[in-house]
Amino acid sequence: MVDLDFDVVEFAPADHPAVGETAPDFTRPFVSAEYWEDTSLSSVTAEGPTLLVFYSMNGAFPATYVWNEIRDRGWTDLLTVVGVTISTPYDHKTFLEDRDLDVSLFSDPSNEVAETYGIAHDLDGMTGVSEPRLSFFLLDDDRTVEHAWVASEWPEFPDYDELEAAIESAI
Amino acid sequence: MSAPQITLYRLQACPFCERVVRKLEEYDLSYRSRFVEPMHSERNVVKRVSGKRSVPAIVDEATGVTMSESGNIVDYLDRTYGAQTDGGRVDDSDRDVTDGGAA
Repeated sequence: MVDLDFDVVEFAPADHPAVGETAPDFTRPFVSAEYWEDTSLSSVTAEGPTLLVFYSMNGAFPATYVWNEIRDRGWTDLLTVVGVTISTPYDHKTFLEDRDLDVSLFSDPSNEVAETYGIAHDLDGMTGVSEPRLSFFLLDDDRTVEHAWVASEWPEFPDYDELEAAIESAI
Repeated sequence: MSAPQITLYRLQACPFCERVVRKLEEYDLSYRSRFVEPMHSERNVVKRVSGKRSVPAIVDEATGVTMSESGNIVDYLDRTYGAQTDGGRVDDSDRDVTDGGAA
């Protein structure tokens, strides 16, 4: 991020699954380019190492930044990458097409999954709307967290080189 | 949990799809739902599976049957899983009647 001459808004500390812990399982509509179907996280991770990405609703600039970065770095060639946010399945389908993404996205309009993960963020000025904080969880096939990064400021982005190194050492 | 044998391609709020769901529930069949979009042009997966873009469409791996059109599907489910079933295969999947096309 550029240097700003003021303080960025800080989040309260997150109580998220830590390295070595098991990421909570959940089932939500899982949206691909062609359809959506109720799918559990555990059925995804059972196929191999998975990067679970919680992000701001489709349309917010952090969503665009994050997924462009993931696409351009080719992470989807290295492991399974899945996203979670509050956008509807219809919105996810459009987003996948617009961003030319070869991933699938969980739709969680209630934001309950983010609540469970301790990373929910009530949006100031959008009454009644809560979305996930930007978070990355690198999971093995038992959903054990091998690496975690959770935003502590609004907004904050990870060191992608660091994340990539974690991915490469995990696969 | 093993994967359901029946896959239902459906459209949200499509009454023809709900008709099939009611029948699946009546016979206590486990099924997976795959939702597609209202626009026909966005339903390539259904075309690839069933030969048509109309929903509902089901794929029953237990019998090898793929079928469109809710009337056909309900008849098929009655004959295959109903009280007087003989468990036999049916093959009327090519009947060229469609419903559930419009949103």
